Amino acid sequence: MADWLTPDQWSAVLLSLKVSFWATVLSLPAGVAVAYALARHEFWGKQALNGLVHLPLILPPVVTGYLLLLTFGRRGAIGGFLEESFGLVFAFRWTGAALAAAVMAFPLMVRAIRLAIEAVDPKLEQAAATLGASPLWIFATVTLPLILPGVIAGAILAFAKAMGEFGATITFVSNIPGQTQTLPSAVYSFLQVPGGDGQALQLVLIAVAIALLALFLSEWLGRAVARRIAGS
Amino acid sequence: MSFSVRLLHRFGNFVLDVDFTAPAGVTALFGRSGSGKTSVVNAIAGLFKPEAGQISVGGRVLYDSERGASIPVHQRRLGYVFQEGRLFPHLSVQQNLGYGRWFAPGGAATRAEFERVVAMLGIEGLLERRPGSLSGGEKQRVAIGRALLASPQLLLMDEPLAALDEERKAEILPYLERLCEHSEIPIVYVSHSMAEVARLATTLVLMEDGIVTRSGPASEVLSDPESVPALGIRTAGASLRATVAAQEEDGLTRLETTAGPLFLPRVEAPVGALVSIRILAHDVILSRTRPEGLSALNILATTVTAVRLGDGPGAIVQLRAGEDLLLARITRRSAMALELTPGADCFAILKTVSVAQQNVGRTG
Repeated sequence: MADWLTPDQWSAVLLSLKVSFWATVLSLPAGVAVAYALARHEFWGKQALNGLVHLPLILPPVVTGYLLLLTFGRRGAIGGFLEESFGLVFAFRWTGAALAAAVMAFPLMVRAIRLAIEAVDPKLEQAAATLGASPLWIFATVTLPLILPGVIAGAILAFAKAMGEFGATITFVSNIPGQTQTLPSAVYSFLQVPGGDGQALQLVLIAVAIALLALFLSEWLGRAVARRIAGS
Repeated sequence: MSFSVRLLHRFGNFVLDVDFTAPAGVTALFGRSGSGKTSVVNAIAGLFKPEAGQISVGGRVLYDSERGASIPVHQRRLGYVFQEGRLFPHLSVQQNLGYGRWFAPGGAATRAEFERVVAMLGIEGLLERRPGSLSGGEKQRVAIGRALLASPQLLLMDEPLAALDEERKAEILPYLERLCEHSEIPIVYVSHSMAEVARLATTLVLMEDGIVTRSGPASEVLSDPESVPALGIRTAGASLRATVAAQEEDGLTRLETTAGPLFLPRVEAPVGALVSIRILAHDVILSRTRPEGLSALNILATTVTAVRLGDGPGAIVQLRAGEDLLLARITRRSAMALELTPGADCFAILKTVSVAQQNVGRTG
């Protein structure tokens, strides 16, 4: 491993990448489903769902983290059940960091995908139905290919947001080096000790590099998919 | 295979109340925009559920509000050609054409069928292209092919030419005619263009403000003076059946009708072919005596069967010409002066005659 980073710095970078990757991948199907429901269906409780999804965007992150601790903590209603049934623990583990990142990034992901779905002409889906495609097939063969640029944009936006998540994470899983210390938590810790700002700056540069890389990747993927769809 | 549609639905203060049965062939729904034609087609397709009604195709019930039966859109096995094509932008023309094949149960179109449809529509050269690079006319031909290749039991066409300019319409009409002639499945054709309807329809359903004002065999409805206001005074006209008798040396074609011979500029059809010719009501002049010294070639001896006096200065006269019926639009004053009443003999001078349908014998 590169010795220009200390083991603590290195583990913070790797942990952040792992947390963000799983937060994005695991919430993506739910993000598409919620975006589709909000864009295409009228149902009882739609406004409530919409509000719930967007809540982390407007609440102070510390509040979201505390609410996660209350519900997904070991004594929380859901957290207790998950630990007893599946041995799955969130509080003060990296899995909790992933959950917090996913919750915080969810509104951005849903928003990007929802916009893409709203841009798809429902008349195309009707045409597919008249040609014999069931709703599930219509989604797989017409809707999904057409919203792919939006799904990619939403996923990368969520990944970037997860990389930067701090308030909810530190509240929910604390800041334990090597276990729950993500890149932003590490930057925070280094800034708390005298002479730590050099190490903090290194991590800041890494964060900027990862963010730019994600941005370029999203642009490139989006353009490649759009080209394939337009097929000039 | 026949089909029947009965439905009742209230949209605010517009009431759609439709009931008709149509035999195989091409059934045209004709009426002004906003008369409810598209809603009827959407109800057949299952894209819209009327409050009450029953829809069946060839004995298969697609929708029955009383029994609460409604087959989902994707299981109705209908081909639907929309006004705006609605091709899938992310698929090539070939993939668009094949889309319905993935889902057609058992009766999927074969390779030979695919090639036949592609050749009939003249889209061989487009298969690798994407819809985004096609012209309006090309898109519409691909849309027709895509609907046909889903092996439908009924083909629905909602103003497939309305979004196109005159040139593109002229480009597609021959393909539609070929399709209508050879189609073994019933076709529902929605239009507000009398010219298209006269060329394609075997059955005509007239709609106005959500209700069916008249339905029946196209030749019968077109030659009924009572349906003239609905058809439009300038576009009303009847059709005569004729046989191509000879291609004359001076470039004219002699057609034989049951009322006598007619001469038309060269008709591209073999001798013996059955065609349908369209004579607009305002292209007919009436005379009580056989006219002499006229340049008009086409004069038929006829008998008045009905006269309909309109609200204005005009009158519509229905005439029996051999076994067919003709319509003439004249002034009310002339109708009085010539004493045109049912039973009166008169001669119809035809200013313009055009061929509306070829090979009517096969679909007839």
